[in-house]
Amino acid sequence: MSEPIRVEDLTKRFGDFEAVRDVTFTAEAGSITGLLGPSGSGKSTVLRMIAGLETPTAGRIWMGEEEHTHKSVQERRVGFVFQHYALFRHMTVEQNVAFGLVVRKMPKPEQLGRVDELLELVQLGPFRDRYPDQLSGGQRQRVALARALAPRPGVLLLDEPFGALDARVRQELRRWLDELHREIGVTSLLVTHDQDEVLELANKVVVMHEGRVEQVGTPNEIYNEPATAFVAGFVGSANILHGHMVGGHVQFGEHRVAVSDRLEEGTAARAYVRPHDVLVLANGREGGIAEATVERITMLGWLSRVTLQLDGGEVLTAEVPNDELEGVNLGSRVRVEMRRARAFRASDAAAPAEGMGQERAAGDLPAVTE
Amino acid sequence: MSDIAVPVAPRDAALRRRRRRLVRAGLLAACLTYLALLLVAPLIGVAWTALEPGWGVVRGTFSHPDVLHAFYLTAIITAITVVVTGFFGVVVAWVLVRQRFLGRGLLNALVDTPFALSPVTVGLACVLLFGRGGWFHEFFAARGIQIVFALPSMVLVTIFIAIPFVIREVQPVLEEIGTEEEDASRTLGASVTQTFFRVTLPNIRWGLLYGVALSTARSMGEIGAVFIVSGLIMGRTETAPLYIWRALEERQTASAYVVALTLAAVSIVILAAIEWFKHKRIREDEA
Repeated sequence: MSEPIRVEDLTKRFGDFEAVRDVTFTAEAGSITGLLGPSGSGKSTVLRMIAGLETPTAGRIWMGEEEHTHKSVQERRVGFVFQHYALFRHMTVEQNVAFGLVVRKMPKPEQLGRVDELLELVQLGPFRDRYPDQLSGGQRQRVALARALAPRPGVLLLDEPFGALDARVRQELRRWLDELHREIGVTSLLVTHDQDEVLELANKVVVMHEGRVEQVGTPNEIYNEPATAFVAGFVGSANILHGHMVGGHVQFGEHRVAVSDRLEEGTAARAYVRPHDVLVLANGREGGIAEATVERITMLGWLSRVTLQLDGGEVLTAEVPNDELEGVNLGSRVRVEMRRARAFRASDAAAPAEGMGQERAAGDLPAVTE
Repeated sequence: MSDIAVPVAPRDAALRRRRRRLVRAGLLAACLTYLALLLVAPLIGVAWTALEPGWGVVRGTFSHPDVLHAFYLTAIITAITVVVTGFFGVVVAWVLVRQRFLGRGLLNALVDTPFALSPVTVGLACVLLFGRGGWFHEFFAARGIQIVFALPSMVLVTIFIAIPFVIREVQPVLEEIGTEEEDASRTLGASVTQTFFRVTLPNIRWGLLYGVALSTARSMGEIGAVFIVSGLIMGRTETAPLYIWRALEERQTASAYVVALTLAAVSIVILAAIEWFKHKRIREDEA
């Protein structure tokens, strides 16, 4: 039975440090909900509290109609997948998968049937007598998943499950998990700092930052309609232009860009523009809001990443299909247009998270986060 | 050194190579001599002296009731010590690694006290506490339990001296394995007890065995503390090491050496077992 998870005003303090603060969201039954945030944002702590591995300082946790806040880990029937697999190193693959059945005293023949079923599901039948250290990272994580699913948990909690794997395996496993989830449909909560992961897997995303929820929405909503400056900077990459509001535009230096957000006239503001929303008008084409010089072109397959210096000194990153770049070379003069810019009050604008590229402070130059 | 290669005359190079080989051989010889003199020679000496008079002495020694009783007593003290230090060693190590509490650092430092104290001091402290006029003497005397000059005090001091071995072996292993497997076990529905016996214990088993082996060897050989608390009552509170001491005093050299050789042989077997555990552990770590 798959159940929804509901979390209400969940708070966790470690001494003076508030790791999680008033977190509220619902993970719908049978769906994958992503908990996205930089490291230290409290997302793993939320997951561990749902599993019962940490005790909340305040707030409540529900699974279906049942309140779980004060239940023991044992009673909660959660499946938990750890970043570093946490396989029992002294047990074979088969014994690992059977563990949850053995401690729950399932009769032996049923145990065997269930283990066979799961090894089939994660395609590890031939490896049943191997020990964890004889498996690759991807195989280990599949064993961990089979082990978590064996006792038929009501919910599946995944804590950075692909974090320790290399890029190729990570992608494979992500696709495989997606298919697996369609097959078994267990309510899943996926903690990750990798936006691609949630955008690909999740039906719903909870973006966390410094222990709080920044936004809850579909992948489409958090990408295209970020509620806060943090979300705009963290999910996907964005050029950030520092300026102030002038008649529905953000005025930065001598240029201005139209924004959809209505902020008070004259407020200090930052405009966020995605690299694919920066258009390069080459070969003497008219229009656009500014003139720029091409500083660097990096080929990324069918498109290229172009670094542009505006005449006011600001540096922008654009991602442009290669066929629009014919005749554009290093040092070319081009016109630049920007669409779908979002504005946030400068005072609200959180610095992008670590590993996301630093904002350049000097001279109020725009920064690109990736 | 400059970057320019200075051509070396072939004769020079050969000379240097020979000198280097000499230094290496010299070091090896020094090392072997040192170990031979300090470790191997005494062992051979003991073996030689014990066996030289012939099997008659060996047989005679092992049919002497005092000798048999001494081995029996040493075996009992060792067995109790190993069980107690094994059990509490794991408990203390677990608390020190997994719990955060005030005074943890102090407790951690305290564990090493037996290494720092002279065993004779330990024996004296025991006599002071449990002997006539000691703090706890009246309590036990009123119940007719003899502590000092009897088995209880001998076990007590041996346990005290063997405390650190299991703790210090298990602690780093517990730290290294971390809590993730234990967390996983609990989310899979295992109770705290199930988690300990099915997950934690198997993970620390080599460290625990290593600690137990060390603690066995130490308990068997303990003489200083036991000497003080035993009262040296022949055939009653005399352990194997104490018997050796008395036999030497009474110029029963041959029989002293036979007992010594037996103790040494058991220790060597235990040492070999320790090495075997250690290698097994290293192999497992490398796998």
